[in-house]
Amino acid sequence: MAMASNISKGRRKSPFLRALIKTGKTVVTISVTMLGLLFVTFFIGRVMPVDPVLSIVGERASKEIYDEAFRALGLDRPLIVQFFYYLRDVVQGDFGISLRTGFPVVNDIKRVFPATMELATLGTIMGVVIGVPLGVLAAVKRGTWIDQVARVVALIGYSMPVFWIGLIGLLIFYGMLGWIGGPGRLDIFYEDIIPPVTGMILIDSALAGDWTIFKNAFSHIVLPATLLGYYSLAYISRMTRSFMLEQLSSEYVTTARVKGMSETAVIWKHAFGNIKVQLVTVIALSYAGLLEGSVLTEIIFSWPGIGSYITTSLLSADMNAVMGGTVVVGLVFVLLNIFADLLYKFFDPRAK
Amino acid sequence: MSVTKPSSQGLRAWLLADTPTSRRHAKLSVVYQSWLSFKGNHMAMFGLGILLFLVVIAAAAPLLAPQDPFIQDLSERLLPPGSEGYILGSDSLGRDILSRLLYGSRITLYIVTLVAIIAPIAGLFVGTVAGYAGGWADVILMRITDIFLAFPRLVLALAFVAALGAGIENAVLAISLTAWPPYARIARAETLTIRGSDYINAVRLQGAGPLRIITKHIWPLCISSLVVRVTLDMAGIILAAAGLGFLGLGAQPPSPEWGAMISEGRKFILDHWWVATMPGLAIFTVSLAFNLLGDGLRDVLDPKEGKS
Repeated sequence: MAMASNISKGRRKSPFLRALIKTGKTVVTISVTMLGLLFVTFFIGRVMPVDPVLSIVGERASKEIYDEAFRALGLDRPLIVQFFYYLRDVVQGDFGISLRTGFPVVNDIKRVFPATMELATLGTIMGVVIGVPLGVLAAVKRGTWIDQVARVVALIGYSMPVFWIGLIGLLIFYGMLGWIGGPGRLDIFYEDIIPPVTGMILIDSALAGDWTIFKNAFSHIVLPATLLGYYSLAYISRMTRSFMLEQLSSEYVTTARVKGMSETAVIWKHAFGNIKVQLVTVIALSYAGLLEGSVLTEIIFSWPGIGSYITTSLLSADMNAVMGGTVVVGLVFVLLNIFADLLYKFFDPRAK
Repeated sequence: MSVTKPSSQGLRAWLLADTPTSRRHAKLSVVYQSWLSFKGNHMAMFGLGILLFLVVIAAAAPLLAPQDPFIQDLSERLLPPGSEGYILGSDSLGRDILSRLLYGSRITLYIVTLVAIIAPIAGLFVGTVAGYAGGWADVILMRITDIFLAFPRLVLALAFVAALGAGIENAVLAISLTAWPPYARIARAETLTIRGSDYINAVRLQGAGPLRIITKHIWPLCISSLVVRVTLDMAGIILAAAGLGFLGLGAQPPSPEWGAMISEGRKFILDHWWVATMPGLAIFTVSLAFNLLGDGLRDVLDPKEGKS
């Protein structure tokens, strides 16, 4: 309300006020998106051909007990009222109890989310470390065989069915060569030794100074992270290439060259300096993509992350867990998108 | 004698003429020149070749398949590739993997075609209406688009299939539901740039209503950018369909869907690698072909490449 009166007061808005309005708009956008996300998830959860009452009271319960549970769950109310009750709970951070694990969904998510994050982070790091130089190289050597190889490498990354290549990878490197750990995050006898701090085993074991476990965890994560990393590499290298091409064909680059600047300086200082912001945006989006896209990878590698949590819950008709998981993933995705957007607006003068 | 009627030798010259003699001539010559520049892209041609091959295989599956893809023979189970009568080996129920792959190509083509029709049309509809109408309609439609964009795609598809029941048709619906938002965005962006142009105003002054303007004057101009995007998305659609099949939510067991075949082979991967490897190679080849084709098409149709 204070904001509204401020707007009407002066014609010339101060930059601060404008920023405030923009923030307000962003907040409204996020809220509306999240509300829609919740509604769609809720609706899917209710349409599911599963009777939540039956799964609680069991099939042999009498009619009275069934009806009581039915009312206790609020299922006798209209759908829209049920939605508002669900909304109220969610806003308070309550996604209900998972029928499969018996724990509150929030606790489950807190437990599984770091595993996904660990995987996605490592994958993104790999994608950036290899993808960015590859993209720059492809742009600089445009049209040569290097460019073609970079293109094929990326296209193969896009085309790979990750669940299949994961299986083949396990077959070769785990089954035949024994170079890496198998499915799961750790060998079974190392589990539950390290006290969880961040929930990411690599970090936790390093903090505890237990390098045996660190090594073991690394041997387990290296293959799934590489696969995700390859996918992210494909995307990042293609985007880097097209950003760089745009810069390299612009006049200031020609000017710099004419002035006798070395090629390295032109490429890395001038051209690359100008694509940094765009690049960070792409990396944030690719990170978000890995967080949500690791479902199949997690299933192949029995990785106890949010993707396999949602899927196994779905297959056992545990709707509270599915809805909670989906909302959390959606939220992270939206936030990362907005972060990328803001970053762009903030650091890139052209966007203003 | 006549200038407009090309002889068979003069066809090429006619198509490459600098000054078109009719609208049809102009159109054809643009298509031909795009084709020429597309033909120069070897990798795209390679992709196109694979896809044509796939279509032929799918059409002629009953003729090509050495065996019935559904007939089980437990005495011949898990034979390695190269065994007599089983070029690519047999699966855990003694079915010929090659025959199943051939028949499976039909399912893959079926799913991809349906999604590639449904999703862009839905997106085109939403995008052009939002872009042309503007105002509240725009805000509401684009918010809905954003909501669907915010969903984890595979999870949304999973949830929909779980709600609707597993099966190919539901998998198609679920994938379409997750695939339409980018098309809506593209169509809206195109509409916004077209909407204010002079020729649209001219058409409007001649008395054309919004429906006519959208269907006759805006949709045709959105097509090329949508086609590029669809071709680039095809691989993703194939992978999503195979993923659903792999999770047991797509085509159901006896059907030789490639993803489902991988999932069957998963149990035997350590001792009998070929059962899961062959269908995976098939998926990979087809999706690579689509990516090669899409990449080439983008170079031809969209000069400012790489801005998806």
